[in-house]
Amino acid sequence: MRMKEEFTLSVFSENHVGLLNQITNVFTRRHLNIESLTTSESAIQGIHKFTIVVFSTREEIEKVAGQIEKKIDVIKVFVYTADEIIHQEIALYKVHTEALLNGNQIETLVRQYGARILEVTPEYTVIEKTGHKHETQELFEKLDKYGVSQFTRSGRIAITKHKTEMLDKYLKKLEADNSKLN
Amino acid sequence: METQSQTAMKEKNKKAVRMTGAEAVVKSLINEGTELIFGYPGGAIMPVYDALYSYQKELHHVLVRHEQGAVHAAQGFARVTGKVGVCIVTSGPGATNAVTGIADAMIDSTPLVVISGQVGSSLLGSDAFQETDVVGITQPVTKWNYQVKRAEEIPEAIARAFYIARSGRPGPVLIDITKDAQFASLDYVYEPVKYIRSYKPVPQVDPVQVQEAARLINLAKKPMALVGQGVILARAEKELLEFIEKTGIPAAWTLLGLSAMPSEHPLNVGMLGMHGNYGPNLKTNEADLIIAIGMRFDDRVTGDLKKYAINAKVIHLEIDPAEINKNVHADVPILGSVKDSLPLLTQMVSANSHESWLEQFKACYRIEFERIIEKELSPVKPGLTMSEVVDKVSVAFDDDAIMVTDVGQHQMMASRYFRFKQSRSVVTSGGLGTMGFGLPAALGAKMGAPERPVVLFVGDGGFQMTIQELGTIFQTDSAVKIVLLNNNFLGMVRQWQELFFDKRYASTELINPDFQTIAKGYHVNSLKVDKREELDNAIKTMVAHNGPFLLEVIVEKEGNVFPMVPAGASVSDIRLE
Repeated sequence: MRMKEEFTLSVFSENHVGLLNQITNVFTRRHLNIESLTTSESAIQGIHKFTIVVFSTREEIEKVAGQIEKKIDVIKVFVYTADEIIHQEIALYKVHTEALLNGNQIETLVRQYGARILEVTPEYTVIEKTGHKHETQELFEKLDKYGVSQFTRSGRIAITKHKTEMLDKYLKKLEADNSKLN
Repeated sequence: METQSQTAMKEKNKKAVRMTGAEAVVKSLINEGTELIFGYPGGAIMPVYDALYSYQKELHHVLVRHEQGAVHAAQGFARVTGKVGVCIVTSGPGATNAVTGIADAMIDSTPLVVISGQVGSSLLGSDAFQETDVVGITQPVTKWNYQVKRAEEIPEAIARAFYIARSGRPGPVLIDITKDAQFASLDYVYEPVKYIRSYKPVPQVDPVQVQEAARLINLAKKPMALVGQGVILARAEKELLEFIEKTGIPAAWTLLGLSAMPSEHPLNVGMLGMHGNYGPNLKTNEADLIIAIGMRFDDRVTGDLKKYAINAKVIHLEIDPAEINKNVHADVPILGSVKDSLPLLTQMVSANSHESWLEQFKACYRIEFERIIEKELSPVKPGLTMSEVVDKVSVAFDDDAIMVTDVGQHQMMASRYFRFKQSRSVVTSGGLGTMGFGLPAALGAKMGAPERPVVLFVGDGGFQMTIQELGTIFQTDSAVKIVLLNNNFLGMVRQWQELFFDKRYASTELINPDFQTIAKGYHVNSLKVDKREELDNAIKTMVAHNGPFLLEVIVEKEGNVFPMVPAGASVSDIRLE
């Protein structure tokens, strides 16, 4: 069997009800576990973007991309390997303020990991860190020695290393093709 | 000064007619050229039925006996006409009953528009009476679906539905309409949809790929063409023949590609797949070039993919990009409609013939004839074979009827032994293998092609899955000729039990009703035959009868379909017995 590797899919679609279900269904049918999923409006108004991280083979992921792109309301799917994108996740950690005040270990960790303190109340303090998963995980493990009462991590967002937005090019081509037709 | 779009808007409003959402549904269907719909009324779709009552002259509604029958009938209609089949069902159980047919249409690329009623929008999500999440349920088995909650959305939703259903690789579309949207009023203007930004139905043919394909074809010593339904859907039968005849390439067909080429064409070498002909299966692994034309390498065609087309380069002509490399790697994919790509390819290839290669297929046929076909068509044993019945019925219709089948042994026998002169003559459930498909599909086929004879081959198992549609056949007086091949077994499952489960016949033997009595109850004339010498006359009676007819033939109880590529085996491991 061929090696599985990490892929990031950028799915651009119209903003319609039920699209998320249509997209995730393609993964479900193939028993592929979605590692991370984020969704929001893209840089282009009216076009929605899904960023999906999944472990698979190149062969299978191309099939998945084809089957997602086949959905009527999906505009385009791009498949990237880790070296083709810059990506980031955000993590939030809640610690007891008392632990923060009982010495400088937490503060040192915050500085060392380039994290920042978002909010301090008499009971708790919220720390934020952006980075790759292993980085946010590492900070969690270090902080947890002093007691982390809540920890949450977002899905991945990613930007390509290309000079221009791939979708822009695609949309322009679409418009050109369409005006040729009419 | 008013802008261009404001002017357009004013123009549009001048043409607008005030009407209810229900009437807009009916008007939209008429605007799309619909003349025939199959359906079943119920609470949440009643406003549409009320509107249909006023348009009976323009739009003929066929009342089926079960919603599954409505969808299969619409499929039969769509397959023989190439038009979009239309069904109307109510919410909840009406819609869920339609799901099997919708899934069947999805996997066999049949254009359908299914309209389902839905509870009022204020009740959505509240588990109201006859509420189901139909859009959620049908999402994986439709090409597109949409829930309409406001009357104003109806014309555009239906316009999109038709455009999506019939364009590109066709498929079923479901539009779910809440009851309040059917009651509410709108200013009705109809504009057909011709473009959807996120949807590219027909990819453009890449001339570079065509050139490369032509090069491979010109070099090939043992090329073989695989013909699928894509040819029929694109109406590219003529283009196919021109390509095949110029290159002299032997052509085999998939179950759904059947009738794209005339049966008697000298380059037609027969059926592919599990119960296909010996030559095309065996030679797949000898061929040095496979040219797949509008087919999708279904597992019933390929068998074990690791041992498939082992010596061949593959050219894949296909409209759906998701099919390229899905099952079989394409060395040269040619995206686009085969209607566009085939003529380009024909232009670029050199005229050729492959006499000795073709002779190898003929040699295979002679082996298959001696070992199987002759015994099937001219049996010496007393029991009637399915094949001899199919063969005689084909002759009785001058090899030019529309053949509809259900699913199972009889389906394979019918596909192997019935003969065709023209395209769009086969209606069968290929991808989904839906038992119960045949009877309603035959009704729809007859209504779609009333000028042609329609003969249904059905087994005793599948017949009883949708037998109630005899009522619809009687009510519409549709002259469907039903040939019931009765072995009092679920024959295909029994065959597998015999071959792979030590003859442990678990739940496959049927104790059947008297089918003639049932036919009589539905006022359908019938005959029952269990002796060879009675068969010819009975077929004559059936053909001559003006109206629907049931011919029940008691066939040998434990007949098997051969050749056979056992599930998971390689095509070249095809068994002759």
